Amino acid sequence: MFELKNISKKVGDGYHIRDVSLRLEKGSLNVLLGPTLSGKTTLMRLMAGLDKPTEGDIIFNGESVLGVPVQKRNIAMVYQQFINYPAMTVYENIASPMRISGLSKSDIDKKVRSAAELMKLSEFLDRTPLNLSGGQQQRTALARALVKGAELVLLDEPLANLDYKLREELRVELPRLFAETGAVLVYATTEPHEALLLGGNTATLSEGRITQFGKSISVHNNPVDLSTAQIFSDPPMNMLNVKKSNGEIEFEGEKASLPQELVSLPDGNYKVGVRPHHIQLVKPSEDTLTVTAKIATTEITGSESFIHIEKSDYQWVALTHGVHRVDIGETVPVYLNPSDFFFFDGHDKLVASPARLQGENN
Amino acid sequence: MDKPFNNKAWFLVLPVFILVAISAIIPLMTVVNYSVQDTFGNNQFFWAGTEWFVEVLHSQRFWDAFLKNIAFSATILVIEIPLGIVIALSMPKRGIWVPFCLVLMSLPLLIPWNVVGTIWQVFGRADIGLLGYFLDWLGISYNYATNAVDAWITIIIMDVWHWTSLVVLLSYAGLVSIPEAYYQAARIDGASKWKVFRYIQLPKMNRVLLIAVLLRFMDSFMVYTEPFVLTGGGPGNSTTFLSIDLVKMAIGQFDLGPAAAMSLVYFLVVLLVSWVFFTVMTNLDADAPEKGVQD
Amino acid sequence: MAKITLEKLAHSYFPYPKSEADFALKEINHVWDDGGAYALLGPSGCGKTTLLNIISGLLTPSTGNIIFGDQNVTRLQPEQRDIAQVFQFPVIYDTMTVAENLAFPLINRQVPKDEISRRVAEMIDILDLGAKANRKAKGLTADEKQKISLGRGLVRHDVNAILFDEPLTVIDPHMKWQLRTKLKDLHRQFEHTMIYVTHDQTEALTFADKVVVMYEGEVVQIGTPEELFDRPAHTFVGYFIGSPGMNVVPADVQGQTAQIGNYKVALTKSYGDLNGNIELGIRPEFVKISEDTKGMPIQITAVEDIGRYKIIRATVDGKPLDAVMPEGESVPTHPTALLDSSKINIYKDSHLVRVEA
Repeated sequence: MFELKNISKKVGDGYHIRDVSLRLEKGSLNVLLGPTLSGKTTLMRLMAGLDKPTEGDIIFNGESVLGVPVQKRNIAMVYQQFINYPAMTVYENIASPMRISGLSKSDIDKKVRSAAELMKLSEFLDRTPLNLSGGQQQRTALARALVKGAELVLLDEPLANLDYKLREELRVELPRLFAETGAVLVYATTEPHEALLLGGNTATLSEGRITQFGKSISVHNNPVDLSTAQIFSDPPMNMLNVKKSNGEIEFEGEKASLPQELVSLPDGNYKVGVRPHHIQLVKPSEDTLTVTAKIATTEITGSESFIHIEKSDYQWVALTHGVHRVDIGETVPVYLNPSDFFFFDGHDKLVASPARLQGENN
Repeated sequence: MDKPFNNKAWFLVLPVFILVAISAIIPLMTVVNYSVQDTFGNNQFFWAGTEWFVEVLHSQRFWDAFLKNIAFSATILVIEIPLGIVIALSMPKRGIWVPFCLVLMSLPLLIPWNVVGTIWQVFGRADIGLLGYFLDWLGISYNYATNAVDAWITIIIMDVWHWTSLVVLLSYAGLVSIPEAYYQAARIDGASKWKVFRYIQLPKMNRVLLIAVLLRFMDSFMVYTEPFVLTGGGPGNSTTFLSIDLVKMAIGQFDLGPAAAMSLVYFLVVLLVSWVFFTVMTNLDADAPEKGVQD
Repeated sequence: MAKITLEKLAHSYFPYPKSEADFALKEINHVWDDGGAYALLGPSGCGKTTLLNIISGLLTPSTGNIIFGDQNVTRLQPEQRDIAQVFQFPVIYDTMTVAENLAFPLINRQVPKDEISRRVAEMIDILDLGAKANRKAKGLTADEKQKISLGRGLVRHDVNAILFDEPLTVIDPHMKWQLRTKLKDLHRQFEHTMIYVTHDQTEALTFADKVVVMYEGEVVQIGTPEELFDRPAHTFVGYFIGSPGMNVVPADVQGQTAQIGNYKVALTKSYGDLNGNIELGIRPEFVKISEDTKGMPIQITAVEDIGRYKIIRATVDGKPLDAVMPEGESVPTHPTALLDSSKINIYKDSHLVRVEA
């Protein structure tokens, strides 16, 4: 087990990492999710031992590893950039971490070949990395991390520089491959979508702090506060300020009745978050808040379309299935179902998540 | 970024540190020591304070030599920098001629100073030298041993011949690092050759050019071997640069005190100019947008 | 502005190409409309950059012609073609201010002074660079630099086409959609013919009216985003557009039925008797997972819950089949898959089989 105890990293007057505690189990997949500059890379460097924390302790298998130099820790790390030994063949690259471990030649050969097989590199073993595509180069780096048999594997946005189709494929493969080695796997990413696809656990990072840690889907469905919800939503969660009184909510003069589960919320003002796919363009059968908004632009990803809309000072994004082209500048009604709302109080703490998700995945 | 695990690396730097101390710092301190004392031989020294510095800075001889140095450095910079750029621009950027051109350009740099001096000394002689003989044949009177202007021209040609390659190689390195897209964009924008040079090549080369100017300035300001081999500082005092004067003073006349003071002034001038260049260069760097490195 | 005709265009980097495989760009014939927004989409090495370089004039094609309007420009240099290009890495003139950068192409073309200042002021306004007009271009952010590169093309009134070579590569993710929106806006405003090269489906589908999908040197489909999604002309298009990509399952097709393993699927059209390598393509969105006994029995290998939907990874007859399950539904214990007949496409040797209904 790998444990961070109240780790802080101070640089100058500012904290890059502030009071982080995490317990990561053997064989588990842990995603560090946060926007750029949230401290993911700093935290990984601390985990690896490349930097020393200003405060706190790091425990591996019951012992503090703070004084142990990186070379002596059994760690593998893969970066966003494709880092390989340019003068060595793919075979030698993969074999390199085992050369110093004193394994016999035939054992090394066997391991290299099986790792290459898993990473679909078998036919490129004799080439040097620079003669490979980006995806193949990164797979070489991943294969090297795989054969090392490290107890802690740190992957820092390893797929960020790859074509999206390749990313899709590797995302499915990676957790499976490393899970078999029994290592503690830590995977940093900026994309909520990726965290969910990888599964496992997610720790959301904001300004050097961990805001929440738990099963990826439950952090996604029940974020403790607004900043966690924002980190775990891409495009950003749509926000609106509503007033709740009795069994009703009011937004910009429009009213809608609340589902039974939410009627008990204290009356007052709330910040409400709505995920993009819950802004509906077709009127559903349930009672909804109907808002007329102006269409700013649409983006099409293939299977889905993002529709950016504006309402007074609010800027929202709706996500719909399939290819939708809507005329820009047009005013359309959109429908918001209060059952889909995340309610945040004046301190940005979550007080109610979508009714239908309560109790699920906890 | 702190890596507190061990500081053993410092021990590995120690030998270099000791070497630099012996080769540079200790001799420099000796010079400083000489510059504030007077001696009549027999290793007897008397405190002289700033006397030698005052003398040096008030001597006509020093300022004459100093001005010659400035004139020399300015002349060779004005010739070598543009010439170097023009040659670099006309060199091929890729293809089989690249290594050939690079080797050709490197050749003069591999020849020692005194050999360059000797080559040109012989080359320019009117009786046996090819150049001297040829000029004589053309009816041009040319004699570096008696004519100060001829001596100057010869030394400048020597330096240009010897060192323009350095400017070429540095400029060339700057040029080949410009991405192809810049040239394509300029073509699409309808830019003329001159504008491509003015707005793309020159701005992208300015850093290496600063280094080239700095290196050529320092080196030319300390010019010694060429005039020494050619005429020993003559004819008359026409090519007696600071360095030659210094040697005359220290070894010829054994005026250790004034010579030490003069070499310190000399040293400080070079240092000052280098510092100015350094500041200019770092300021140029500071213009570039700062990029976050964390995360 | 002009329409662009590609006439029997092909290119090989070998001087004497021996076979089809030696061609980086296989023969294409097409006319691109004046004022259209086109995207060249495909994975690295598919030939899209080769095609772009042929259009811009950096490369002379091995065979065929490229015609702008009525003018054959095949052998003209880039500067003679009146095109503008935005490169992957921003190209700006470091020592000039933003305004001087924008004025540069006009000065080079001897446009009158007052005309230049008028157009530059207008362009600065359009690009929202007003606050930075007189700043040195060097210190700007990547997206501002890309806007300037684009602006240098837009200030000219003589451009036939504006080419984009993966222009958002160095742009921060959260800035990307803003710049994309700006691009679309500008396209609508100026009505230039725009050609945009990318490997990113979102960029291509968002930007373009027509997307040109390329694969191994071949144009496999030119179509609107809707067409690419609903009727992929090649299995590669189905795989490449959409995530997860289209399921492609080997099937026997006879008349109006397709057979996958022992399971028969009714089709909406009759395909007659098909021979060759026949595959059935259906998007995961149109595979419904339930316990309906009429469905095809499947084995679920993994479930990826991404919040707004679940991706079901399953196998049918040993072949992978993905499905998308809406939020709130749960995975049944004895799952079967129902395929939406109207969304099924049939492929022969990877190409769509087109028949009348």
